[in-house]
Amino acid sequence: MAGKKRIKVIMAKPGLDGHDRGAKLLARVFAEAGMEVVYTGLRQTPEMIVEAALQEDADVVGLSSLSGVHNYFFPRVVELLKEKGLDEVLVVGGGIIPDEDIPGLKDSGVAAIFGPGTRTEDIVEFIKEKVSRN
Amino acid sequence: MEDLAAEVLQGSVRAMARLITLVENEDPRAFEFLGSIYPHTGRAHVLGITGSPGTGKSTLTDKITSVLRQQEKTVGVVAVDPSSPFTGGALLGDRIRMQRASGDPDVFIRSMATRGNLGGLARTTADVIKIMDGFGKDWVIVETVGVGQDEVEIAKTADTTIVVLAPGLGDSIQSMKAGVMEIADLYVINKADRSGADALVTEVRIRVEQDAQIKEAAWRAPVLKTVAVEDQGTEPLLEAIENHRSFLEQSGRLKKVRREKTRQETLSLLKEEISRNVLEKILGKGRFDDLIDDIVAHRKDPYTSVKEIVGTIFPEEE
Repeated sequence: MAGKKRIKVIMAKPGLDGHDRGAKLLARVFAEAGMEVVYTGLRQTPEMIVEAALQEDADVVGLSSLSGVHNYFFPRVVELLKEKGLDEVLVVGGGIIPDEDIPGLKDSGVAAIFGPGTRTEDIVEFIKEKVSRN
Repeated sequence: MEDLAAEVLQGSVRAMARLITLVENEDPRAFEFLGSIYPHTGRAHVLGITGSPGTGKSTLTDKITSVLRQQEKTVGVVAVDPSSPFTGGALLGDRIRMQRASGDPDVFIRSMATRGNLGGLARTTADVIKIMDGFGKDWVIVETVGVGQDEVEIAKTADTTIVVLAPGLGDSIQSMKAGVMEIADLYVINKADRSGADALVTEVRIRVEQDAQIKEAAWRAPVLKTVAVEDQGTEPLLEAIENHRSFLEQSGRLKKVRREKTRQETLSLLKEEISRNVLEKILGKGRFDDLIDDIVAHRKDPYTSVKEIVGTIFPEEE
């Protein structure tokens, strides 16, 4: 019966930035790859994102930021997920993230950062591989 | 696996979310849990919201939820969106319009993909409603996929069904047709600040009057105007919903409707269980492929063959 299982993704834009073309494109890419994607829209607080992940029983939370708030918001989402016992949720990020910030984000528990130019197939593959391992 | 049912009944949101996933996946372990939750169901009022894509169902759901929360009622929301028939994936976008509700921990919102089911809901939506009901939600609001004309499963699932319409989508003949227009306990003309709204209200009222002339009915569906994004008309709408609820209770109709619902659900469970058992027996031994070979070669015909198979599984009636 495990064949009926589908990967569930929450796509969220934390903070105040209004650029969601990338997030929307990826939401479609994930859906095309057979995943069920909940798009939560703009201006999400970490609390709202984590509550959505909890209620939707998400496998993956995808965070997109183009406004420089990633160093606060991404680790905060990871932390709140842990507080709620959602340790297994895979957190991935994307957007405009300076290279020097990536190690710190990974240390905080973000599994991967996908910057501009990443092949969407690579992101899909990364998620499928990580989630099937859980 | 932990006893998810016990945890749900104790109020664990995480357990509810996980059990819903099991149910959606039609995991056999879900049935036992659903069985333990069943005795605690039947208390929530189930409100169905249906209508064409873009009429404002999600926004309306958000506003209704917020009035219910002001009354200190707890709310569960099931928001259904379509799965792709090609990839099986789905983009579930109803949460975007439910910003107010989604910031409230006493509102549990679950997005569901239809996973190939056609009636406007997912196959397992009724069971998801039961889980939220058993958890203790006072209200469960079910938002269907954007429907065309023929998706009426919600009427068999909800206690009160709202059909949401918006101006600009067709002439008066549309409102006379069968299907979705037949299932409303309440009509909501949303986006009522747009031109054509009053004409639409009139058309729908005429339909309701025609209905009353054609067949006698104890309930006449009211037609209400809202502008959901501006939060206009939400409170009168909630009063109308409450009126319908009292009507259901006082007229004894609620009992009748729920009995019929239980009958249908039990019957379809039974059908599924029987066909699963029987199909396993038939398909399991490779004989079915042999039979298909025979039918393709025209040595046998499908009509007689099917009767024969059923005859071997259920021999002579007593």
